[in-house]
Amino acid sequence: MTKKIKNLNLNFGPQHPAAHGVLRLILELDGEVVEKADPHIGLLHRGTEKLIENKTYMQAVPYFDRLDYVAPMNQEHAFALAIEKILGIDVPIRAQYIRVMFCEIGRILSHILNVTTQALDVGALTPSLWGFEERETLMTFYERASGSRLHANYFRAGGVHQDLPVGLEKDIGKFCETFPKVINDLENLLTDNRIFKQRNVDIGIVTKEDALDYSFSGVMIRGSGVPWDLRKSQPYDCYDQLEFKIPIGKNGDCYDRYLCRIEEMKESVFIIKQCLAKMEKGPIKTFDGKISPPSKKEIKQSMEALIHHFKLFTEGYRVPEDEIYTAVEAPKGEFGVYLISDGSSKPYKCKIRAPGFSHLQSMDYLIKGHMLADVPAVLGSLDIVFGEVDR
Amino acid sequence: MGLCNYKKKLEIKALSIDKMKNLIDLEKKINSELTTKINKTKIKHNQIYVEIDKEDLIDVLLFVKTNKDAKFRQLIDITVVDYPEEAQRFKIVYLLLSHEFNQRLILSYFISEKEVISSITSIFPSANWMEREVFDMYGVNFKDHPDLRRILTDYGFEGHPLRKDFPLTGHIESRYSEEQKKVINEPVKLEQNYRNFDYESPWEGTKYIKEQTKIDDKKN
Repeated sequence: MTKKIKNLNLNFGPQHPAAHGVLRLILELDGEVVEKADPHIGLLHRGTEKLIENKTYMQAVPYFDRLDYVAPMNQEHAFALAIEKILGIDVPIRAQYIRVMFCEIGRILSHILNVTTQALDVGALTPSLWGFEERETLMTFYERASGSRLHANYFRAGGVHQDLPVGLEKDIGKFCETFPKVINDLENLLTDNRIFKQRNVDIGIVTKEDALDYSFSGVMIRGSGVPWDLRKSQPYDCYDQLEFKIPIGKNGDCYDRYLCRIEEMKESVFIIKQCLAKMEKGPIKTFDGKISPPSKKEIKQSMEALIHHFKLFTEGYRVPEDEIYTAVEAPKGEFGVYLISDGSSKPYKCKIRAPGFSHLQSMDYLIKGHMLADVPAVLGSLDIVFGEVDR
Repeated sequence: MGLCNYKKKLEIKALSIDKMKNLIDLEKKINSELTTKINKTKIKHNQIYVEIDKEDLIDVLLFVKTNKDAKFRQLIDITVVDYPEEAQRFKIVYLLLSHEFNQRLILSYFISEKEVISSITSIFPSANWMEREVFDMYGVNFKDHPDLRRILTDYGFEGHPLRKDFPLTGHIESRYSEEQKKVINEPVKLEQNYRNFDYESPWEGTKYIKEQTKIDDKKN
């Protein structure tokens, strides 16, 4: 008598601690080997693009914080750059340094979260305890600059909202001195750890060709050995005036991506230090009263400033008709904004290109033939945040 | 694990000028090799915009992907722009990136509402989800797509949210019903309708700016 063996269908998530959010992954298992993975996304879909079409350019900024909510300012950066390019306005140099500095802080925020939770997924608890303490410090910097720990709403077209408060630069400088030691501690725990290596080395290998075909970007493509970083290849703001290196992986497995992230954090600290050293006192947003709101003091004294203020916060500024795609190197990869303006004060269309979307798409390709226990490891190394995947 | 040292500051500055020149070369190349298939090309914001016809999509994509002077190996995104008052309502946009030459290309064409377009999943595997998203958000249908399902909206969702004629508040709302002990869908009931104030300024400043930008655009 022959018995028919049927493959087992397993629902991984939507409420699973290792799914990093609301991912429903339908796995087809043959024993413990994954035959097929079908990610169901959209459980966190909030219609960001639709909402942005109905808001003025200034009102649209907070929506970008809510995409990849572990590195909010990096997203705002892409949007601000898109508007600036269309309007053709220059950003004061101090504002450029502030923006780059906070983008790098965002990168560290994101990489700490990813590295430590990936470790957590494969069984190491301590890194997350140590790493989250540092994230807390960094979020305090966010709070001191923007007033909010996570949803900063800090970048504007033409600069940033406010200047840094007194003492913040010094404290960020202090952090840059102490943080490398924490990275070393994390590395001591993980890099040569036998269990961590067993769970990550040779898992989820991506070849160079496939990385290109699957529209990978960021660490996912660099881990496979493609030297590509938008901060170097298409520099925006003041990145061309800063020195930094781009870590490249060799094998394209989960372990190499982990190493890339660790190295990138070290480079980020280096960039932040340079920003602090090069930053001089000066304006932090464009003087054009038609785009950036006047100071409170001016409003009380000048009629023109009052009118500008009123018009900016009701109608908003108008952006001439144009079509543009701008991308920045967000911690997770290429984050882009495809913006179509129609001359009014609201975007006609704003497509958000989230790196995680293409990465998660390749889940089936990455996990096929691996064991069920490798699913969290691969998912962890993809660095998925559902805010940006689902939009 | 090797650290790849990139070119230093000065060389990158030079790169952006080179890039512009390359773009002009590329524009010429595309126009000469694909003559009849290209409707219009322009270079702006360091990107090349190419307008084609629906039928030529596959040919043009294969050309820019494989040609040794283009090598647009990576598909960044596919999206649609909706112009409801036009006869050819949807503008389909493909964003491409060439790592080799550090260039970006934006390919677009117009279709009307009922038209079916060919899927490019065989050329770029990553187009799979992007096309699903376009299908979900705009209701554009793809021929030969391996798995055309909704992706971002809820199971059983109706309508295409990013179309301009889809209301911002949507049509149905979900809530947990205590009587039925489950989540139920109902038509949207709002205490107050979504208010879209028209702030567009009546004063002349704007008209002047509009004219000025038109003049400036012509100059450029």
